[in-house]
Amino acid sequence: MSDAAIASRRSRIMALPRPLLIGGAILLTSIILATFPQVFAPYDPLTFDYGAILQAPSAAHPFGTDNFGRDVLSRVIHAYTIDMQIALFATVFPFFLGTTVGAIVGYVGGITETIFGRIVDAVITFPFLVLVIAIVSVLGPGLINMYIAIGVVGWVFYARIIAAEVKVQKRLDYADAGRAMGYTHLRIIFRHLLPNAITPAVVYWMTDMALAILLGSSLGYLGLGAQPPAAEWGVQIADGKNFMATAWWISVFPGLAIVITGLGFSLLGDGLAELLRGRK
Amino acid sequence: MTEAVLQVRDLTATFGTGATALRAVNAVSFDVMPGEVLGLVGESGSGKSVTLRSLLRLLPGNGTVGGQVHWMGRDILAMNDTDLRAVRGGQISMIFQEPMTALNPVLTVRVQIEENLRAHTDLDRTRRRARTRELMDLVGIPDAGRRLDEYPHQFSGGMRQRVMIAIALASDPRLLLADEPTTALDVTIQDQILNLILDLRDELSMSVVLVTHDLGVVAATCDRMAVMYAGRIVEEGHVAEVFAQPNHAYTRGLLGSVPQAGTERSMLLSIDGTPPGLASIPSGCTFHPRCTFATEVCRITRPELVGVDAGHRAACHNSAAVVAAGSPVKKALSHD
Repeated sequence: MSDAAIASRRSRIMALPRPLLIGGAILLTSIILATFPQVFAPYDPLTFDYGAILQAPSAAHPFGTDNFGRDVLSRVIHAYTIDMQIALFATVFPFFLGTTVGAIVGYVGGITETIFGRIVDAVITFPFLVLVIAIVSVLGPGLINMYIAIGVVGWVFYARIIAAEVKVQKRLDYADAGRAMGYTHLRIIFRHLLPNAITPAVVYWMTDMALAILLGSSLGYLGLGAQPPAAEWGVQIADGKNFMATAWWISVFPGLAIVITGLGFSLLGDGLAELLRGRK
Repeated sequence: MTEAVLQVRDLTATFGTGATALRAVNAVSFDVMPGEVLGLVGESGSGKSVTLRSLLRLLPGNGTVGGQVHWMGRDILAMNDTDLRAVRGGQISMIFQEPMTALNPVLTVRVQIEENLRAHTDLDRTRRRARTRELMDLVGIPDAGRRLDEYPHQFSGGMRQRVMIAIALASDPRLLLADEPTTALDVTIQDQILNLILDLRDELSMSVVLVTHDLGVVAATCDRMAVMYAGRIVEEGHVAEVFAQPNHAYTRGLLGSVPQAGTERSMLLSIDGTPPGLASIPSGCTFHPRCTFATEVCRITRPELVGVDAGHRAACHNSAAVVAAGSPVKKALSHD
């Protein structure tokens, strides 16, 4: 590739919204850490070392060690695997279910929409976290049950966004034109209306991944999500809560990881919104 | 005499139900002959667009269509959904006023043309691609190979309307319904699009129903015309005859309100008042409050659409007086 071509590609990338670039960089790093934690982590995240308990950050242990002598840095890095998984799996199912239901409800309207509206009201009346905790308590703790709980509640938000968007789109001329051309309803909904309606849902999806990490960590903290001794940020923060006064590093570093990753998703969502708005 | 391809009988379009129901189209009947261009003319709100949409049962939410629309031996209004879908876009196609909003902004032109082929033909991928290019050539879009992969916003208004026509013609319809296809375009492009529609009518031997409020467009393109007022057809006939001798006061008023170049200077007449709202349709002849020829009978009895000549019908109690007043159109009509 010539220098000019490289320069033009670089200027095209730099022309992208800044939040998109920063968020993208953070998430790319997160994904690499999540995929190959053993490459970056200096120690095994689960091995106890009773010779090095509750050590403050040092050259040997940059983030210090916890009450079992486990290296906090290694545990934070290994936790990327689980927490990034949570971000993805806790949102993918609600995204697809919510989008499908929302598109159909928005298109059909009438009594379907009324029933859907009542379901939304019912779900939204309960605080999200309380509802998820209640479902996990019934199903039993663990990651899979946590995904199910979040999925059961979370699709409503996507469905609401898409339903409102499709309702607007279906009144536009091109939807009429689709009917005039004799296309089936499903074809009009999913091939013609949905591509025009999906943008806000995708942007919300990015934000939702940040929320999912927070939620996953909260449930981990409460003992309802990932189970000890697995390395997960929420679990780690819970591990360190009894040592807050003497060994702050056990809780603070996983907390920072949550903040940075969450920020990455939020920035990506903002940047994406900016980019897609600009396109239109 | 040849058989009409489309026979519309007592078409009504009603919005809402019960006491608040509004009748936008009332007992409209007309025929469309093979290869003919029929113009539906009227002011805004006269029900011409609703009539057109009713033919394919394309009314929004609370609209219901009554009457009969006979198409190739069957009543479109009585068809099940599957058959109706086969007619829509396959045998009868429709093009819209706003080519910008009638095209899907996020799909390429190729995808949108192929959608119709996918829905109405058994062509495989390669044949669809070939047909798509053929259609682009047919509607006169140059550089089809490159332009097919562009999005609607990359096309100009006239080109967008050509794309719309290409989509509508994809599966060789027998009838094209055009809802003010040139209203959103500037005059030179208007002319090109109308000529394109006429050429395609000849080439593909289809019929066209053209909705417009522009009498100039009617004069230049249509074979027959039907004038609509407040949801009813008030006069119908061959364009030349209607222009030369309007039998309804409203038609005469419309013709008088069109400026004519190349004739002796004369007063430009306008029709006083506005068309009635659907909720307050006047008794008797719906046009009587605005009519200069109106007499007592007009206020009480609604005139029937009766033949004044072969193929020329009008619904006016005082057509004799209107005829006597003569046509406001001075220049002889010529198809250019």
